[in-house]
Amino acid sequence: MSNDERGSFGIHGTGDTSGYGGLVRNQVSPGSTERPFGGYFDQVTDDLERAYPDFADAIERIVVDRGELTLHIKRERLVDVALILRDRLKFENCLGVSGVHYPADTNRELHAVYPLLSMTNNQRIRLEVSVPDSDPHIPSLVEVWAGNNWNERETFDMFGIVFDGHPGLTRILMPDDWQGHPQRKDYSLGGIPVEYKGATTPPPNERRSYK
Amino acid sequence: MSTYVDPYASSRETTEGTVFSVTGGDWDSLVTEIGQAKEERVVVNMGPQHPSTHGVLRLVLELEGETVTEVRCGIGYLHTGIEKNTEYRSWTQGVTFVTRMDYLSPIFNETAYCLGVEKLLGIEAPERANQIRVMMMEFNRISSHMVALGTGALELGALSPMIFCFRERERVLDIFELVSGLRMNMAYVRPGGVAQDLPKGAIAKIRETVAELRKNFKDNEKLLVGNSIWMKRTEGIGYLDLAGATTLGITGPVLRSTGLPWDLRKIAPYCGYEQYDFDVVTADTCDVYGRFLIRIAELEQSLRIIEQACDKLEKSEGQPVMVADKKIAWPSQLSVGNDGMGNSLDHIREIMGESMEALIHHFKLVTEGFQVPAGQVYVAIESPRGELGVHLVSDGGTRPYRVHFREPSFNNLQSTSAMCEGSMVADIIGAVASIDPVMGGVDR
Repeated sequence: MSNDERGSFGIHGTGDTSGYGGLVRNQVSPGSTERPFGGYFDQVTDDLERAYPDFADAIERIVVDRGELTLHIKRERLVDVALILRDRLKFENCLGVSGVHYPADTNRELHAVYPLLSMTNNQRIRLEVSVPDSDPHIPSLVEVWAGNNWNERETFDMFGIVFDGHPGLTRILMPDDWQGHPQRKDYSLGGIPVEYKGATTPPPNERRSYK
Repeated sequence: MSTYVDPYASSRETTEGTVFSVTGGDWDSLVTEIGQAKEERVVVNMGPQHPSTHGVLRLVLELEGETVTEVRCGIGYLHTGIEKNTEYRSWTQGVTFVTRMDYLSPIFNETAYCLGVEKLLGIEAPERANQIRVMMMEFNRISSHMVALGTGALELGALSPMIFCFRERERVLDIFELVSGLRMNMAYVRPGGVAQDLPKGAIAKIRETVAELRKNFKDNEKLLVGNSIWMKRTEGIGYLDLAGATTLGITGPVLRSTGLPWDLRKIAPYCGYEQYDFDVVTADTCDVYGRFLIRIAELEQSLRIIEQACDKLEKSEGQPVMVADKKIAWPSQLSVGNDGMGNSLDHIREIMGESMEALIHHFKLVTEGFQVPAGQVYVAIESPRGELGVHLVSDGGTRPYRVHFREPSFNNLQSTSAMCEGSMVADIIGAVASIDPVMGGVDR
C-alpha cells in the first residue's frame, strides 16, 4: 500500500498556511522480505513448505516486519493452509480475524488478518488475505478454528467481508437491519457540530487532519 | 397469534437455524415458531436487562422442563464504535478511547494499546515506566477480580461477598486516584511511558494498602471457599475441558481452570514481567468453582508482584517515566492537583510566560500528534480475562489507520453454549459469571 501525502503535515486541500505546501512525502508499507527471516520464522515457513507442496502458489508474499511474520495468502488456499498450520505445525489457536479496508489498494481493498498462536511451540504468525471490494468473499475458518465464529461475524458486520461456509453469518454488534458496514473507510464517522460559549466545534471527521 | 411483522425485529434463516434480531421485540415470531414445534419446549428470553446476566447480555434459552437445550447469546447493546473513533484522533488520544472499552480493566487496555504503538514506533518505555505499569496492572487485576468474585457471588444469591469485594475494590480505586487522579478510565498509560510519575508518599500508601488487602482477602476467602451452598452452586457447573477451551480460543482463568498454565506474563513476558517472581495458578476441575478459586489465588500473586514492583520503584526513584524523545513525549508535565490530573503550573508558566518555542512545540504536538511509521503489529497481554490482543495498522500518519482489539470477553463468551447446554437453567448464571464477560469489552 502506498499513498502520496501533500503538505507539511500531510494536509489535504488548503489547510496549510505555513508555506511548506509543496512537500510530497511518500509513505510505503513494508514490502516482501527475503530469507533469512530470523528467529523461528525460517523454520515455520520451511515446515509449511514441506507440508504443503503448493506453497509457492498459495503464498503471495512473506513479510517480516517489527519481529512479526505475515504470510499473504490466496483466499482459495486459505482453508488448506489453515488445516496444515493447525494439525502439522501446531497452531492450535486463531485469535480472531481483523478486517482492514484499504480503498487505495485497487482490487485488494479488503484485507482480513488472522493472528495465529501455537501454544505448543509458543510461536505467533499472521495470515493475511486480500480480496477486491467487488467480490468480498473469503472461505470461513470456523470449521478449522471454531472460536472464529463470532470474530468472522464481527468482520462481516464491520467490513462486509462475506465468509463463505460460515454456519450463521449475521450481524453481531450492529442491529440486524443496519445499512452499511461501519468500519469501512467510505463509511463516515458522523457526528454533529457542538456549540459552546459561542464557538462551534465541528464533528471529528470534519476537523482538520494532519496526516 | 399475531401475523404482524415487526420491521425492526425480523429474524433471518441461516444454515444453523433461525437467528433472532438483536433489536428485540421478536417475541411474536418466537411464539409462532414454538406453536409449530412438535415437542414441548419453552423459549425464555433472558436479558438484556437482567440482573444476573453480568451486563447487557441477552440470552435466548430453549428449555425442556428446567433443562437447557440451547443457549444463544445476543450482544451488541454496548457497541460504541471505539475502534472506528480512534481512526479520527491522534495516537495519544486513542488511549482515552480504548480505556473505556473493558471498563473494569482500563489499565490493561491502555497498556496493550501503548505497547502496540511503541512497537510500531520501534521504541521502548523507560524502566521506571514499566515498573509503574506493572504495579498499576496488578492493582487493576485485583479490582477486576474483586468485581468478578463479588458480582459472581451476588448473582448466585450470596450478598455479603459482594459488599466486602467492593470494599476492597474501593481501596484499589483509591490508589488509582492517588497515582493518576482518576478512579476509572484513567488514560494514564501513554505511548512512550506513563502520564506522570508517582506522587510523593505513594509507595508508603501502596504498601499500607497491600497489607490491608492481604488481611481482608483472607477474610473474604472464608466467605466463599468451602461454603457448602456456594460449592453446590459452582462445583461441576459450566464444564469446559482443555480441548473445548482450545477449540473455542478461550484464554485466561477459564483456560487455566482446565489445568493448562497458560499465562502470557510467563509465556511471553512484556513490561519486564520476567523480573518478577510469581506463580501461575491453575485448577483441574474445569468448572465454575475452579475458575473462582483461580481468581482468589491470583489476588495473592498480584500482591506479590506489587510488593516487588514497590521495591524496584524505590530504587528507580527520580528516573524518567517517559521516553526522552520530545517529539513523542507529551509536553505538558502533568501533575495531580486537588481537582484531579492536569497541566503542571510550572509547565504553564514556561509556555505562557517564558518560551515561545515551548509553546509552539506544545501546540503542534498536542494538536497534530506524532507520525508513526507505516506497518502493522499485533501485541498481546494477559488481562484479568485472558489474552487481550491489539492489532494496530499505521499508514504513516498521525492517526491510527486501524485499531482492532481482540477482546478476551468477546471470545470467551462464545463458550456459553458449550458450558450451559444440557445443564439446569439456574446454572447458566454461574457459568456466565465464571466467564466474567464485561460487555463494554465484548461490544467495544
